[in-house]
Amino acid sequence: MTALLELRDVTARYGPVQALHGVTLAVDEGQIAAVLGANGAGKTTTLRAVSGTVRREGELRFAGKRLDRSGPDAAARLGIAHVPEGRGTFAELTVWENLRLGAYTRRGAKEDFSRVQAYFPWLEERRTQQAGTLSGGEQQMLALARAFMQRPRLLLLDEPSLGLAPLLVTEIFRIIKELNENEGVTVLVVEQNAHIALQAAQHTFVLEVGRVALSGPSADLQQHESVRRSYLGY
Amino acid sequence: MVAFAVKRKTKVSTGGSLPVLLGLVAAAVFLAVGSLVSNIFAQQTVAGLAQGAIFASLALALVLIYRATEVINFAQGEMAMATTYIAYQLTLWHVTYWLAFFLTLVIAFFLGVVVYGVVIRPVQHRSVIALVIITVGLFILIDGLVTWKWGADLKFMPAPFGNQVYHAGGVSFSRQDLGVLLVSILSVILLWVLFQFTRLGLAMRAAALRPAAAALVGVRVDWMLAIGWGLAAVLGAVAGLMTEPSQFLQPTMMQSILLYAFAAAVLGGLESPAGSVVGGLAIGVFLNLIGQYWGFATAELRLPIAFVVLLVVLLFKPTGLFGRKQVRRV
Repeated sequence: MTALLELRDVTARYGPVQALHGVTLAVDEGQIAAVLGANGAGKTTTLRAVSGTVRREGELRFAGKRLDRSGPDAAARLGIAHVPEGRGTFAELTVWENLRLGAYTRRGAKEDFSRVQAYFPWLEERRTQQAGTLSGGEQQMLALARAFMQRPRLLLLDEPSLGLAPLLVTEIFRIIKELNENEGVTVLVVEQNAHIALQAAQHTFVLEVGRVALSGPSADLQQHESVRRSYLGY
Repeated sequence: MVAFAVKRKTKVSTGGSLPVLLGLVAAAVFLAVGSLVSNIFAQQTVAGLAQGAIFASLALALVLIYRATEVINFAQGEMAMATTYIAYQLTLWHVTYWLAFFLTLVIAFFLGVVVYGVVIRPVQHRSVIALVIITVGLFILIDGLVTWKWGADLKFMPAPFGNQVYHAGGVSFSRQDLGVLLVSILSVILLWVLFQFTRLGLAMRAAALRPAAAALVGVRVDWMLAIGWGLAAVLGAVAGLMTEPSQFLQPTMMQSILLYAFAAAVLGGLESPAGSVVGGLAIGVFLNLIGQYWGFATAELRLPIAFVVLLVVLLFKPTGLFGRKQVRRV
C-alpha cells in the first residue's frame, strides 16, 4: 500500500506559540487513522496543517503532490474534506444549501445527494430546514454528509464525538466506518475519546507537545502501557 | 485551538418577527386604502416608492458590503456618482442612453472589484477602523477626481424615460417615477435571484457568513468577496443613474441619498438584504407623505427627519426590522 497522506517534519505556529514541533506521519489509502493526545498536543493543528487552514512549514504530500503551498480551497479541490471542530456548518443556511456547498466544486449535486441519502436517510425531509435549528448530533451528521458530498479521497474529522450522547457517538462512528469500507474514503480522525478511536482506526498516532510520540496499529497501542494509563484509564 | 472549541450560539431567524410582518402588512393596507381614497395620496405614494427604490438599491449595496467585509462603505454613494459620470461621458460620445446604462453597469462591476482588490483586501483583516478610514478616504478621492475631470457644475443626461405623465382615474403618475421604480426593483430582484438560486450566489453567501468553512469546501473566498464588491458597485450605479433624472449630475448628488440609504439599511437591520429594501421603500414613502400632509416637514427637514428615524431605530430596536440578535463568540 502507498501512503495517501505524508507529513514530514511539519511545524506550525499561532503567532508566538509553536503548536507543531515537527510532525511526521503517513496515512495509507483506504485506512482509518486516529490521532490521540492531550489538550494542546497539536491534534487539531495537525489536521489544520493538512487542509491549509494554518500556516505551516515542512513537507506535506497528498497522493504524491506537494501540499505545502496550497490554501484550504485548493486542498478541498484536491479531494481533502475537513470537518473542523465545531463542525463548520453554515447555521444560517438550509440543510440542502449546506449539502450543495459540499459539492460546490462540481456540477450535478443532485446525483451526489442520492448517494449521501443512503447513509443519512433523514436528510431528505429536513432539506429546507435551517441547519442551525438541528440538534447537535444532527449537525454533526450534516457536517459529515456535507464532507461526503465533496467526494473526498481523504476525510479529516476533528472530534466528531464532541458534546454528543454516547449512542450518537456510536452511530457516527458506524457511519464513518461504512463510508470508509463502502466508498473507500481514507479517514484521519482526531479524538478525545480514545476508546472509540482505537476501536475504529486501524492505525493510531499519539501526539505529545507537537510531535508524534508513539504510533502503530491500534491493536498494539491498546496494549501499550503508557497509552493505557494516559488515555484509556486502566 | 481553544477559540475553536467555544461553541457559537447563533439565534437563527429568516426574516422579521411576526409583529414586524404584521406592521408591514398594516402599512401596506394603509397605503392601498389611502391611495384609493385620495388621488394626491396615491401620487405621493408612487413618487415616494420611486424615491425609496433608489434608497433601497444603495442601502442594499451597503448591506452587501457590510455582510461580506463587515464595514460600512462610506464611499458607496461617491462610487455611484462616479459611475453615473461615466455613463454621462458615454452619452457625450453619442452612445445611446440604454447602451450607456448597461456598459456603465459592467464598468461599475470591474471598478468595485478593483477597489476591493487594491485598497480593501490588503487591510481587511488588520482593523475595522482602518477600513472605515479607507472608505472615507475613497469618498474624498473619488469626489476630487470627478470634480477635477468634469467640474462641479450641473450636467444633464438624456431623459431615460421621457417626461410623459399617465392618468388613471383622477391620478397622474409620471413615467419617470414608474421607470425609476421598475428599474431599481428589477435590479434588486435580479440580485436576489442570483443569491438565492445560483451556485455562485450560494458560494458568495457562504463566503460572507463563514469564510473559513467556505474555504474548506473549495470556495475561493477572496474572489467571492471581490464579486460582492463588484455587485454592490453595480447596484450603486443603478441608484446613481436613477437619481440623475431628478437631481441631475453633480459631484454631491449622492451624498444625501447615501445618508437616506444608511437610515434605510439600519431600519432594515444592517445585515438583512430584504430589510434594507423594505427600509428604503418605507423611508421614501414616509418622507413623501409627511411632506405632503404635515406642513412642518418642509424639504429642508427631510434629512433631519430621516435621522430621527435612524436614531429611534438605534435607540429602541438596534437590530432593526429584519435583523437578528447577534451573539458573538467571546
